[in-house]
Amino acid sequence: MTDRTGLDRIFKPSEEIVAREIEGELIIVPLTAGIGDIEDELFTFNASGRAIWKGLDGRKPLKAIIGELAAQFEGDPEEIEEDVLGLVEELVKRRIVVEVV
Amino acid sequence: MPPKDGDGYVTRTRSDKAGLWVRGGPRLEHIDIELTERCNNDCLHCYINRPAGDAKARDREMSAARIGGILAEAASLGCLSVRFTGGEPLLREDFEEIYLAARKLGLKAAVFTNATLVSPRLADLLARVPPLEPLEVTLYGMTRETYETLSRAPGSFDAAMAGIGVLRERKVLFTVKGAFLPSGGGDLAAFEKWAKVLPGMDRPPSVSVFYVLHARGDQAKNRKITRARPDPERGADIQMRNAGEYVRGLKAFLTRYSGRRDDRLFTCGAGVASCAVDAYGILQPCLLVRHPETVYDLGAGSLKDALEGFFPAVRRRKAAHPRYLETCARCPLRGFCEQCPGKAWMESGTLDTPAAYFCEAAHVQARRLGLLAAGERAWEAADWEARVGEFTEAGALERLKSLDTARKGG
Repeated sequence: MTDRTGLDRIFKPSEEIVAREIEGELIIVPLTAGIGDIEDELFTFNASGRAIWKGLDGRKPLKAIIGELAAQFEGDPEEIEEDVLGLVEELVKRRIVVEVV
Repeated sequence: MPPKDGDGYVTRTRSDKAGLWVRGGPRLEHIDIELTERCNNDCLHCYINRPAGDAKARDREMSAARIGGILAEAASLGCLSVRFTGGEPLLREDFEEIYLAARKLGLKAAVFTNATLVSPRLADLLARVPPLEPLEVTLYGMTRETYETLSRAPGSFDAAMAGIGVLRERKVLFTVKGAFLPSGGGDLAAFEKWAKVLPGMDRPPSVSVFYVLHARGDQAKNRKITRARPDPERGADIQMRNAGEYVRGLKAFLTRYSGRRDDRLFTCGAGVASCAVDAYGILQPCLLVRHPETVYDLGAGSLKDALEGFFPAVRRRKAAHPRYLETCARCPLRGFCEQCPGKAWMESGTLDTPAAYFCEAAHVQARRLGLLAAGERAWEAADWEARVGEFTEAGALERLKSLDTARKGG
């Protein structure tokens, strides 16, 4: 049985944003109203955020992303899981990613 | 796992602030696109407008698809912002298509407009898909009479106010700037008072003062522009009208930007990480510099080629005009003076003929600030750096106030 509230969930970039990679920076440009608090606000990711973002491709469940990151960075899986869930929560709140249902 | 920096993963950044780029900025940061040279106003002072119904001009304009191609290349070079201007860009029936193409590429899209053609439908679109830059609306007067004396388009004042009303209703952020006849002194005060309470205005509005001559060298139009622009003394009155604002930060500005020029023509950033495309697909270093030897046909090349090959060569050009070498090349009034290759071309058809009007306007301001004596020419001031060293904003403010009092008393 699939746990739709946990690590089986799949997310993808929202159609309300445009994600651009410029000069090594990942930049999220809001497309629709209400994503930035002010009119000329863009969003950038730190290194951890960028690593997680790459996995949010509409195909991989969160647990697969966590597994890949754990293998890639040899980090503590529990800490990585906390990081991934933390970022996803933040991105959903900002309407930058949506869950694939 | 790479470390988290600080508290979160996502940083909100205003793209006009330093700090967005860790490794230096992209090849192209900003592009201006003139969507049309046509305008529904017929402003006395304007350097670019053709009649709204000019079918020949309309037929030559770039298609939305071609503009989309330019925007796509700009985005591929890292460009983050485009500014649509004209003429009046909203005259284009395909404006929405062009605007959405830019926004879907992840570009911020500023629009220069007179607001007369802002419809509820367009305002709804701008509210739903915001430009991420405030619209910039130019006002030509605060009454129907003064506005239409300049715009020479009956009904334009009411249309502009209606457009602004629609923007306000839909909560679309916009800023305003003014262009007034020199005699429109009362309008200017009313404009500033009105602008102060607009939601998008976090600073006093800018006001065009020293209008440039016509982009296509139309002599009849040039005579009209010359009559519409204020003499240098009146221009300085307008420019320096808010003495406190004018002198704020001036010491740092003088220290950083004033100083001896040399024989380089381009001392600005035109064509380095920004450029402009005219309505027909000709690329320019900036919106003003249209000299045939400084422009590039995008139909036969690419933005990348222009930025990496053509513009660097243009920017290496040096002035040759003897009077420029005697005066501008030795003048420290950089930052006060409007002289640049673009404006020189508009004024004289060359890149380096000194424009007496801009020269005098800069000298008037420097004299009022106490940086030059009466009759003195800035390039003859051997001790300029010492003068800047002694300059104080408080002293300049005091001086401007006493000049103002003397003028009013006189």
